[in-house]
Amino acid sequence: MATLEIRDLHVTVEADNATKEILKGVDLTVKQGETHAIMGPNGSGKSTLAYSLAGHPKYTVTGGTVTLDGEDVLEMSVDERARAGLFLAMQYPVEVPGVSVSNFLRTSATAIRGEAPKLRTWVKEVKETMERLSMDPSFAERNVNEGFSGGEKKRHEILQLELLKPKMAILDETDSGLDVDALRIVSEGVNRVRETGEVGTLLITHYTRILRYIKPDFVHVFSGGRIVESGGAELADKLENEGYEAYTKGGVSA
Amino acid sequence: MAEAQNIPVGSTTAGQIAVAAESTVATRMSAPPSFDVADFPVPHGREEEWRFTPLERLRGLHDGTAVATGDGVKVDVQAPEGVVVETVGRDDARLGRAGTPVDRVAAQAYSAFEKAGVVTVPKETVLTEPIRIAVHGEGGVAYGHQLVELGAFAEAVVVIDHTGDAVLAANVDFVLGDGAKLTVVSVQDWDDKAVHVGQHNALIGRDATFKSFVVTFGGDLVRLHPRVAYAGTGGEAELFGLYFTDAGQHQEHRLLVDHNTPHCKSNVMYKGALQGDNAHAVWIGDVLIEAKAEGTDTYEMNRNLVLTDGARVDSVPNLEIETGEIVGAGHASATGRFDDEQLFYLMARGIPADEARRLVVRGFFAGLVQQIGVDDIEERLLVKIDEELEASV
Repeated sequence: MATLEIRDLHVTVEADNATKEILKGVDLTVKQGETHAIMGPNGSGKSTLAYSLAGHPKYTVTGGTVTLDGEDVLEMSVDERARAGLFLAMQYPVEVPGVSVSNFLRTSATAIRGEAPKLRTWVKEVKETMERLSMDPSFAERNVNEGFSGGEKKRHEILQLELLKPKMAILDETDSGLDVDALRIVSEGVNRVRETGEVGTLLITHYTRILRYIKPDFVHVFSGGRIVESGGAELADKLENEGYEAYTKGGVSA
Repeated sequence: MAEAQNIPVGSTTAGQIAVAAESTVATRMSAPPSFDVADFPVPHGREEEWRFTPLERLRGLHDGTAVATGDGVKVDVQAPEGVVVETVGRDDARLGRAGTPVDRVAAQAYSAFEKAGVVTVPKETVLTEPIRIAVHGEGGVAYGHQLVELGAFAEAVVVIDHTGDAVLAANVDFVLGDGAKLTVVSVQDWDDKAVHVGQHNALIGRDATFKSFVVTFGGDLVRLHPRVAYAGTGGEAELFGLYFTDAGQHQEHRLLVDHNTPHCKSNVMYKGALQGDNAHAVWIGDVLIEAKAEGTDTYEMNRNLVLTDGARVDSVPNLEIETGEIVGAGHASATGRFDDEQLFYLMARGIPADEARRLVVRGFFAGLVQQIGVDDIEERLLVKIDEELEASV
């Protein structure tokens, strides 16, 4: 069973000619089949955690370990992490002009699977997955994220999640900027992947809204660069009613 | 050790649409067009038409010090049956009809060549195989002139392939009879040290179609002037260009479409990728719609993709309109970077860095390459693009 283990993770970022520590000792274990929601106020470091796990060059890991099935993730390059089974659905997916969605998906699937998917089954697989996400077939001929609406970008991220079948999916504010219909469609996509039982999910969100569609097994409150409280789904209800004030004012900020 | 040059990172894009009584395209040149090199002063580098070009790297083509050496280039023409291939003297009356040199180096080429090549496709001859003109640099200095003429309703594809090392100033004229269709692919696949300057003049007959692909990969300095004018109504020109400018290379394409005749069309699309320190691409796109050219339909576009720091693009579209009675006129120029965020996004989907770069650059050029329609050239370009990319990673 795939396990992602994060131990005492410290991460800094360079900003305005100064080094700032954003993550201050994160501990978390996510197992295949589990869904963990990470909730916290703006600026608490949630997205930094997501991008650090994926290996974004902007972030420097200064301490701690991250392993996937015992393998040292921090030693891997960005593409190696993806091929090892980590997937990051981004909050702000990047436009890649000149590269069509269909070409991008196939290149990516070839890299992840280690061989080019058979064309006939692949075309069918993509088509069916797009249909389930209510994506028009013409989408495949557009350039990656170029001119996509906010909702289209998020559907495109979930399309990749469904096609690439990672061991660990990190969803960074996938719910932000979505209307109710889009949120439902995107959540259903995530749930289809979760129902296989083969993916561990790290759901990063500011709002509890998405948790009505995607039921977490664990909820963690993130504040000041670390996890300050963990519980079950009921913790989300508490946050829904009380907000983050107790955590931001409670002296946990460093 | 060579001193590091300090060329700003990034690009400039300037453009204007002028509605003018007097042509600035013509008047901003430092001398009127002429076949005689003596009519042009030696440029000093601040002239509008020379300000982007490093004169010291022209190896004397601009100031009369480059003397033809006899071992400059070897020209080999392969043509299908029905095509007339000739070598003619300077006095041949067919030369110089498509256009007049507009700068000193083009005039130098016209003043200095000894023999010219003439390829003629007789009227109503439709070729199924390309005419191939191989220009191979043998390391010396050369001046040349080539004419390609299509009779009425003739159809042909001409591939002009430049390889090897040379210092070459050569002009190429294309004369299209009424209803003729000509596709020209000019490939500048020079060795690293080559210098190549030239003017391509196309004169498009009534209802004729001219399609040109200018593909520049190699050379230390390449500076070309693709130019088009119309000899009758209903003419169409499509000018496509593709360049891949590496560290230290200067590649300059200066286009002019002269809408001097009513009811003609033009479409210009040049795309370039740049990588490495002091890679410098220049694109000048002049379109002139003369007062008499009613019913003109024109569009020009330049796109650049900057792959690394240290490269520079100067892109200047210029549309000059002397009549409002036209179908359409537009221009666009954009220079984008392949940036770290794009690289991260693709790598986060398992795609290795070099493959990510290739994906983006191939995607950028793909639509253009596919339009060439000459299989071996298309394939060679794709291989070449991959080679260029591998050299950079």
